Amino acid sequence: MTAAHPQPPAQQPYAHQQQPYHQQPGGYAYTSPIPLRRAHLGDALASEWTKIRSVRSTLWTLGVMVVLMVGVGLLAAVAVSASGADLEGQSILLLGFYGMLLGSLCVVTLGVLTISSEYGTGMIRTTLTASPNRSRVLAAKAIVFFLLAFTVTTVTATVVGMAQSAIVDTGSSTGEEWLRATVGAGLFVALLGLLSLAIGALVRHSAGAITVMIGVLLLPLVAAMFMFSEQLETVRQFLFAYSVPSLLVAFYGDAGLTESGPHGWTPLLIMAGITAVALAGAFLALEKRDV
Amino acid sequence: MIEAVGLTKRYGAKTAVYNLSFQVRPGTVTGFLGPNGSGKSTTMRMILGLDRPTAGHVTIGGHPFRQLPNAPRQVGALLDAKAVHGGRSARNHLLSLAQLAGIPARRVDEVLGVVGLQGVAKRRSNGFSLGMGQRLGIAAALLGDPQVLLFDEPVNGLDPEGILWVRNLMKSLAAEGRTVFVSSHLMSEMALTAEHLIVIGRGQLLADMSVKEFISVNSSDFARVRAPGTEPEQREKLLGVLTEAGGQVLSEPDGALRVTGLALPRISDLAHEAGVRLWELSPHQASLEEAYMRLTQSAVDYRSTTDQKNGLMEQAPPGAWMPPAVPEVPQQGWYAPPPPGPNPYGGGPGPYAGAPGRPPAPPAGPSAHPGGPLPGATAPAAPPAPAGPPAAGTAPQPPARPPAAPAPAPTTSDSEDAR
Repeated sequence: MTAAHPQPPAQQPYAHQQQPYHQQPGGYAYTSPIPLRRAHLGDALASEWTKIRSVRSTLWTLGVMVVLMVGVGLLAAVAVSASGADLEGQSILLLGFYGMLLGSLCVVTLGVLTISSEYGTGMIRTTLTASPNRSRVLAAKAIVFFLLAFTVTTVTATVVGMAQSAIVDTGSSTGEEWLRATVGAGLFVALLGLLSLAIGALVRHSAGAITVMIGVLLLPLVAAMFMFSEQLETVRQFLFAYSVPSLLVAFYGDAGLTESGPHGWTPLLIMAGITAVALAGAFLALEKRDV
Repeated sequence: MIEAVGLTKRYGAKTAVYNLSFQVRPGTVTGFLGPNGSGKSTTMRMILGLDRPTAGHVTIGGHPFRQLPNAPRQVGALLDAKAVHGGRSARNHLLSLAQLAGIPARRVDEVLGVVGLQGVAKRRSNGFSLGMGQRLGIAAALLGDPQVLLFDEPVNGLDPEGILWVRNLMKSLAAEGRTVFVSSHLMSEMALTAEHLIVIGRGQLLADMSVKEFISVNSSDFARVRAPGTEPEQREKLLGVLTEAGGQVLSEPDGALRVTGLALPRISDLAHEAGVRLWELSPHQASLEEAYMRLTQSAVDYRSTTDQKNGLMEQAPPGAWMPPAVPEVPQQGWYAPPPPGPNPYGGGPGPYAGAPGRPPAPPAGPSAHPGGPLPGATAPAAPPAPAGPPAAGTAPQPPARPPAAPAPAPTTSDSEDAR
């Protein structure tokens, strides 16, 4: 050993060393002056509201939805009014269905984006670092999105319904018809959005989840249209009765597309059940998976 | 205080982190070093409870992150500067995080001031440069004024002023008694910032020691000695004398000798006694960066190679290359690649197994000392390169050749030259 060559310690220096760490009791030496308060669901709701209102996709999807619902609804009303067509006893509110069906695509998109954009950008890791309680985050997202989607669709549906009633002067609708065509349809579409959110949380990919949801929305009906075979008649009838558009149209009349299909408030229960299952899966997946 | 015990993470067949145990203490900046893909970020994610360890556990202040009471007030992290929704303004991004953690909203403006982003607080963050993104990420980490801070590559993309700022910020945070854990692949940066180092390669622990210790262990010195180029026999003579005196000698391509284990005056005396004139006798020191590279060399996942255009050139006949008598080192960059230490990671042939020009037999230098590990305690605990890569330079790298390498390495046995 010589001066020019510093001597490394004799023992293997790279093996894991059990160094004596002089650790303060508890391990913490720094205390923050900011008052300490445990976060709760209310905080998560405020956070999710900040998130959903501060991105443009919210404005775009909901804006497009309002434009579609109002535009299509008024066009239909004007067309009916001009042609003097007979509604055959159906409520005038039925005219709101087409706008609502198109608008539901926007709600689906927003529902997916609410969660999948966090995965797409990596924001989810920042979020879950700020709140290790993952279920709370997803619950807050679901609640904020659901309330927003429900409010916007219901209010728009009401406004459109009133405009249609003013344009077409064929009888007045009953209170229950109004309730079903506004709150009922609004709940149904918001639940559909919530289902999209759950699918977004499971798929974790915006384009993938939106595609899945559009498939869920349209495929059964389209498939049913092409089932010409006799053997498939029962399947065809089932798809006609239970496809998403058939369920939605049930809010605008006494029955869905088919006489035997679900009617009344049943479609809402069906959608709520499916959404609950998907959300449960989303909660489970979020808790278990790496992000 | 972060404590990892036997942390292991597998993704399918790939083991990202294997049996990692370490402690990160409060009051100092602890550097977390490793080549790309060595498992740093995976480890960070496991610390934060984002990824679930396959085996082992990691705790912060005694609790796993997800069981921490009030986690965001105890731990702050910058994982990825781009992990923000680009459509959201900087302020809204921080506000949503503050709300989520139950932190007063005015704290948002405070941290924006700390990182110097007040001026762009209202701008959408996808217009941010990487450096601004890092500042935003650091702001998010500081939101909860936590006692434990994790930063994954915080200086990436920062300008020199920003780097200096981060460096001082880390130090001041640690000086307040916080635990600061900073990952980087830049040894030079860590040497300036950190007091303690945890080095990993291929997901395994390579070193866990203070920076001072790391420097003393790793910055190996050597002397370059040049005998008159006109008289080869003088060179041979010098070689013999030096090795006999206990020095480790490596040859450089131009005929200079790289000597370790002997002080400069001693080399001069020996040469004088042997009657050999010297054209050069100069001291050299390997930098920390090089020491780090040497340490992690065998654990680099993504290795760049020279584009040899093999398919386009005429091949030399096999066997045309003759191993030199003394292992050669590249002339420039007197740093020398790794000593022939056992590669604890290589299952099977190490990265050098197929390296061209690997001397098949112990070269001249060590042959003077039959039986390998010679001068016990003297610097070069490593005999120069028995079976070392041709460039087995500044021999004295005891570090990379722990006979019992990273304790947890079960694959040690199959390393090439375990003696």
